[in-house]
This record gives sequence, structure tokens and C-alpha cells, in this order.
Amino acid sequence: MINIEIDGKLIETERGSTVMDAAHKAGVYIPHFCYHKKLSIAANCRMCLVEVEKAPKPLPACATPAADGMKVFTHSEMAVKAQKGVMEFLLINHPLDCPICDQGGECQLQDLAMGYGGGASRYAEEKRMVMPKEIGELISTVEMSRCIQCTRCVRFGQEIAGQMELGMANRSEHAEIVSFVNSAVESELSGNMIDLCPVGALTSKPFRYTARSWELSRRRSVSPHDGLGANLAVHVKDNKVMRVVPVENEAINECWISDKDRFSYEGLNSPERLTRPMIKQNNQWIEVEWTAALEYVANGLRQIKAGAGAEHIAALATPHSTLEELYLLQKLVRAMGSDNVDFRLRQSDFALETQGAPWLGMPIAELNSCDRFLIVGSFLRKDQPLIAQRIRNAVKSGAQANVVHAADDDLLMKVANKAIVPPSKMADMLAQILKALILRKEAAVPAELLEVEPCDAARAIAQSLSSGERSAVLLGNLAQQHPEASRLASLANQIAELSGARFGFLAEAANSVGGHMVRALPESGMNAQEMLKQPRKAYLLLNVEPELDMHNPDLAMSAMKQADMVVAMSAFRHHASEYADVMLPIAPFTETSGTFVNNEGTVQSFKGAVKPLGDARPAWKVLRVLGNLLDIPGFDYDSSEAIREEAVSASGKLDNRVESVSYKAGGTVASLERVADVPIHFADALVRRADALQKTPDAAPPSARMNGEVIRMLGLNAGDEVSVGQGSARARLKVQRDDRLPSGVVRIAAAHPLTAGLGPMFGEISVERA
Amino acid sequence: MLSASIQEQIDRELKKYPADHRQSAVMAALRFVQDEKGWISTDDMSDIASYLGMPEIAVFEVATFYHMYNLKPMGKHTITVCTNLSCTLCGAEDTVAYLSSRLGIGIGEVSADGKYGLREGECMGACKDAPLFTINNKKLCGRLTHEKIDQILAELDKS
Repeated sequence: MINIEIDGKLIETERGSTVMDAAHKAGVYIPHFCYHKKLSIAANCRMCLVEVEKAPKPLPACATPAADGMKVFTHSEMAVKAQKGVMEFLLINHPLDCPICDQGGECQLQDLAMGYGGGASRYAEEKRMVMPKEIGELISTVEMSRCIQCTRCVRFGQEIAGQMELGMANRSEHAEIVSFVNSAVESELSGNMIDLCPVGALTSKPFRYTARSWELSRRRSVSPHDGLGANLAVHVKDNKVMRVVPVENEAINECWISDKDRFSYEGLNSPERLTRPMIKQNNQWIEVEWTAALEYVANGLRQIKAGAGAEHIAALATPHSTLEELYLLQKLVRAMGSDNVDFRLRQSDFALETQGAPWLGMPIAELNSCDRFLIVGSFLRKDQPLIAQRIRNAVKSGAQANVVHAADDDLLMKVANKAIVPPSKMADMLAQILKALILRKEAAVPAELLEVEPCDAARAIAQSLSSGERSAVLLGNLAQQHPEASRLASLANQIAELSGARFGFLAEAANSVGGHMVRALPESGMNAQEMLKQPRKAYLLLNVEPELDMHNPDLAMSAMKQADMVVAMSAFRHHASEYADVMLPIAPFTETSGTFVNNEGTVQSFKGAVKPLGDARPAWKVLRVLGNLLDIPGFDYDSSEAIREEAVSASGKLDNRVESVSYKAGGTVASLERVADVPIHFADALVRRADALQKTPDAAPPSARMNGEVIRMLGLNAGDEVSVGQGSARARLKVQRDDRLPSGVVRIAAAHPLTAGLGPMFGEISVERA
Repeated sequence: MLSASIQEQIDRELKKYPADHRQSAVMAALRFVQDEKGWISTDDMSDIASYLGMPEIAVFEVATFYHMYNLKPMGKHTITVCTNLSCTLCGAEDTVAYLSSRLGIGIGEVSADGKYGLREGECMGACKDAPLFTINNKKLCGRLTHEKIDQILAELDKS
């Protein structure tokens, strides 16, 4: 530690830190544009010039290392003159169009010009103009003339997003921010550039010119999408969500959010919103009052219980539902005498049982300090964009990432070793890694591993894992949706134990961990798959679109069509209108209070940001009234907080320990098997209806992706129209060549209307020319 | 695709740098492309980017930063006249005017037959020979007079 003095204040700071860091520590504000605590130092805006004793000229605080005994003056004559001078230069080419600028009111340049600039400019000549560029559906560059070349957006791409998509072309007064030949920015984190831009050069395309920043009230919330639980500020005007921006939380999302978190709010205002309770009578949907709709549901459930029996009542919820909703749903179903409740809709191997709720196995922030990773079955960038960012960060500072997966998608980080194999070979690959580890440790080889011969990749991964001090073995979404999920988990757990690594599950959705904690899954009843295989008479659907949210859409739809009563609780109109009997409009996350438990087990509650649209009501209220109508005791909650308290006190612990199961697969291996990803912008009902996100490359319609060898083997060409089939379930798709896939697989995304007619996400599949 | 000879030249260049710093060769790679093709298209930049394992936009930054890279076809012989202070004091404006009238093109233009291109350049560090120009960034011609320019053009015409 060293001591420096800033404006007469004595500050103790770390050796190697900068004057800017020290000033931040002491609460002294030094104006700046290009400096950002999460980005590298550029020192190109010169706004942070300060006077340093014995230095002949002002120095940039962001790039000047603090030295013992240094005396810094931020408001001396020299410093103020320098800051004024820099501001005058910055404003030479900056248009003074604040009154019509989208950034007005929340603009760093505007604020600092107020504090440090002159009243008028001496520059009377023409200002330069920069032509706008087209860089995609999310970020507007129409007012690029406002750019002050701080290069924060460029550095964000290089250092955080992991892909440099924007750059500074030309030089001096011709310098401008461009993408390569006007290509669209594709990063799943790109929206953060809008926040980083200190002026109004990069603005949010969906939001711009719809509200001024001072008209907006800011309500805190939590992301309902991936398992991270990013902290959000929902900006509201006239009871309408206008935009979403991040709230800084170093332990969870730092100061970033993914584009899905940022732009999914457009779905809240979608014309597909369901706003009135509806009942189907004589094949006609009619709007009814809430009381009528709920009476109808209660009567229907009573009749089915009396007739077919309580075990014919089944409830399915997405893991994007709140803790309160999931808790009440399972309480309701169990009180009716059924145990058929589940939220693990895309899971297929229910032998995967952990001791408690499966979770990350460590705090999210500790990912940055891990030095070895084994990531099993994860489309990491698209499934968990900000966890990918943290791992990328760790890899940059020397960690080794090892991957076992069924597709070699670019993780935008250096991958030390990878084993890309078809899903049916993944358990075998993990067994090879385990065997290699056992051989390295000279431990006893269990009988079932005697014949396993580790390949080079398995040996390299074992070598990498055992050379680390803080390793982590993580199971991704695909590994959990895999038909041999329990084998994968058991093997991964043993690998972790043997290499002294942390063992964790990457949570698929905002409340996956919460769903386990409140046991919104069967104890003795039917799981999500059994409920479909043995069709039930009544289904309660909470946020579920069965053809998009379930492991086997074909099976799900046939079960729905056979049922006597389907109650669709949803914020949106969807295909339920074809098979449901009742549609109840429930509130999305901005219109209800609730709680999500994120990947690391942090319980995060939020309040409603706006009033529910139309007659929509928070699902916890709907379930409460339904409980009352069914005369179930203990349903007299007067707030979501009361439910949360009861739910949390009754909830299970986080515990990743899994039973060891035999690693050997039972079934035969198909010649061609399916790999299914859940595309980032189709993962849940809200994001599916977010317009701008639906126009990005990540939302491109799915195709049948195969590597060149498979395409040749099948006698096809890229671009051909094919009919893919799983049993009687079929879909027509275009062939796309993807050499990042292993042989023997066809990658077809799930969760999309084009593939909603297909069967399970994995397993045998046939491809024929259409 | 980069031609075999360009790839070979880049490979030789790469030996000068640590193996994990392939992008250090970007300036040389751009030069090799220009030497072979006369100019650098964005497709060439993409090819260089994938060959060196760096982002396309980073190649674009370098190519647009240095003015000696031609980002459009500039003729078989690109004549770059220095118009900085020393040369201007010694008559660079007249050099440009004379070249323009002889070639029938202005600065930044290419002759109709694609033989000559005219560019304006920055100080070449040879002010003692002002006014001067370079041919294809390789050959420096100084102490220019109308006669000398005629002589140089006559030789270029033949080639």
C-alpha cells in the first residue's frame, strides 16, 4: 500500500493502481469519458487531466500510476484550465443538439459540459459530419456525428463480449466508429455498448425517441430469463415499460446484462398479450369475468377428481415462473390429492436426482478466479451469456477451459481441450476422462471402467483438470436435458471429486433452482414426461407453451388434445386456443411481485413495475383464489411476501451431490441422432414476442445443420429442402452445412414453431429429401 | 483466398514474431496484397483476418489508418506527390498541376486506361529533394522539374 494525496485528502491505495482508482476510493470525482472500470485504459479523451506536483504538465488520472507521496490536484488552476480546454476541443465537432438528442438528460458529455465547459464556443466553422451506419436491429448509429471517439464500444467488444465487431476506421478528423463493411453486430451482449456510450452516438433502436429520461420512473427488478438473475431497472412511463437497463451488482451481473434481458420488454407490450379470461363454449372462445372463469376451473377440477380421480390432475409450469407461483401451484395440486407437478419441462432423464436443489456449486463471482473449467454439454454463450463472459475473463487471465459437447460452437475464448462427440457418446467421453484421471492419480479402477480406454482428448482434459488449484466442473443445459443426464451428472461428479474441483449445474432458467427448492416436482407422482406419456384428464399450464417449452412437443401436443380440461395460465394468447378450455391472463414479471432464486442460490425478490395489462392478474393471486374456491385450507395470503416466507421456510437446501449410477448406456446407438439447442431468443414466452430481438441473426429460423460429411453421405446439398422425422413427427427444414458438428448428428433447434411438430430433443432422427 | 505467393511471404514475415502474436504481421500482409494486386479490397482484408486469426474490423482499422494502402484500384503506377510544407514551398502545387495536365486526372483519380493513379501524400522524410513523389510507394523521385517528370513518365509508359 502506498499513500497519495488528492486535493489535500490523504489516501491509502494499492501499489500499481492509478490516480483515478485512488480518487474513486476517496470519493473524489475526476471527470472522464473513455475511462471505465471494467475496460482497459485508453487515455484518449483527455478529460481526466489533473495537476500532479512536480509534473510540468497536466497528466491523465486514468493512466497515471499512483506513486508514494504523490500530490494530485483536481481543481487547481492548471487542472481546471486543462479540463476546460479539453472540453472545448471535444465540443468542436460535437453537435449541440441536446434538445433533440435521445441521450439528453442522461448524457455524460452534457453533464460535464455543464460542469467544466465554457458558456460559448470560440469555434465558428463547420462541424464534421459522420454518415450513419447500419449495424443491426438493436443499436442505432444514426447520430454518429455525436461520437467523441472514446472507443469504449470497441474495447467492450474486444475485452468483454469477446468479439471485436466495431472498430475505429481512418484517422484524425476522419476517424469514425464502424463495423466491418456495415455488418450487423451479433454479440449477445451488444446492448451494453449503448450504456457505455457516454454520448448519444449509440442509442437503443427500439427505445429511441419514445420517452425522455426524466419522464421515466425507475423500478428495480430481476431478469426472468436465464439462471443468472441479472438485476434490472425497469423504466416506466404512463404505466408502460419503456426500456430495461442493468442495475450494477458486482456479485451477479457486474454492470452488464444480455441483450435478451435488455430488449425482451418489447414482448410485454405485444399485441399477443392475453388481457381477458376466456372460456371455450361450443368451440367458441368467449370473454368472461374472473369469477366465472375461476368457478369454471374449480368445478372442472372437482369433477375430474370425483370422476377419474385426483391422479388425473397434472400441473406443468415453466422455470421462468416465480417462486411464489411455483410454490402455490404445487401446494394446490398436492392439496387436491395429486402429486403430478413439474417444472423440468425440457428434462428427459428423471433419474437425475440431486440431494438438494442443483445449483452452481459456488458463488457466481468465484467463476472469475477458477483456473480450470470442464464445461459439459452447454451452448454456453447463448444459454448463459454473462456466465460465459466471466469464464472468458478467467481464461484471459490464464485459466484453461475444457469442453465436452455435441457442437463446437465458438465460445469466443481460448479452449484448451475439447471433445466434440454425438450426444450418445458424451457419457463415454466423460468415462474416458474419469479413467484418465484415475490412472493419473493411481487410484483403484472400478470394474465398469476397466475396459474404458482414454483417448488423447480425454487424457489432455484430465491432465488440465488435475493441474489446477481452483477447478470447476459445470453441467450445461444440454447435459441436463440429455436422455442420459443422470449418467453425465454422476460421471461429472466423480470427475470433480477426483480432481478436487467444484461441481455445479448451470441453471436453465431464472427460477430453476427455486423450483427445486419449493419442490415443484413430484415426490411420488408423475414427472413432466410421464404426465404426457400417460395422458391425464386435466392439465394446469403455468406460462407453458407445450409445443415450444417441452422436451417432446409431439407427445405434449397429443396429450393436450386428449385431455378433458386444459387450463392455460399465460400472459399471451398462444396455441392453447386450439386445445385449452380456459385461458387465464396472468401477469408477466413486470406486473407482479415475486421472487427468483438464481444459479448461486441468491433469493431475489422484486415488486411489480407497472399495473397488470387489462384484466390480467398476478398468477399467485389467481392460484390463491382458486385455492379458496376449492376450499383448500392455508390459501389466505394477503401478499406475495407472505407466500415467499412460507415457501422459503419450507424449502429444501442447495446440494449437488448425486447418486453414482452405472455409466453404461442401455439403448442402441442410432446412425443419425438429433442435437437440439434452445435458441437464445426462443427460450421463453416473453422473448419470443420481443420484436427487435426476433430480427437479429440469433433468431434466424432453424435449419437442419449437419457437417459436410453427413450431407454427402445422405446425398444432399446445403440449401436443400428436407423432411426430418422422429417416428411420425415430421418437419420440413433447409439443410445447412455446419462443420463444427460431429459426424452422425443433425442439429435442429427446439422451441421454434418450425420444429414444434418434432419429437424429443435427442435420439434417432431420419432425414429425407422433401 | 490469398495467393500462394502472398501466403508464403506472410509465413516468412510471421517468423519475426512470437507464435501467438500472428497479428503483428498485419501491416506486412496488407503490403503483400497491395504489391500483388495494386490495391486492397475488403475481401482481401477478410482473407488476411482469417489467415492471421484476428478480427476483420481490426484489419480494416489498420488498412484505413495508413494512407499508403490503396483501398480502391489506383492504376498500375500510383504516383504519390508529397504536399507537405517543405515540398509545397519548393513547388509541389506545380508538380501536381503538371502531373494532372499530363495524365488528365486529378488527385485520387485513375487514368481511363488504368495505367496511372494520382495521390497526395504526407512527408516522405526526404525534404532535401523537394518537390518529390513516389511510384507505388517504392521508388522515390526527387528534385522534380517538368523535364524530369516527362522523362519519368516516358519510362513508365514503356513498362
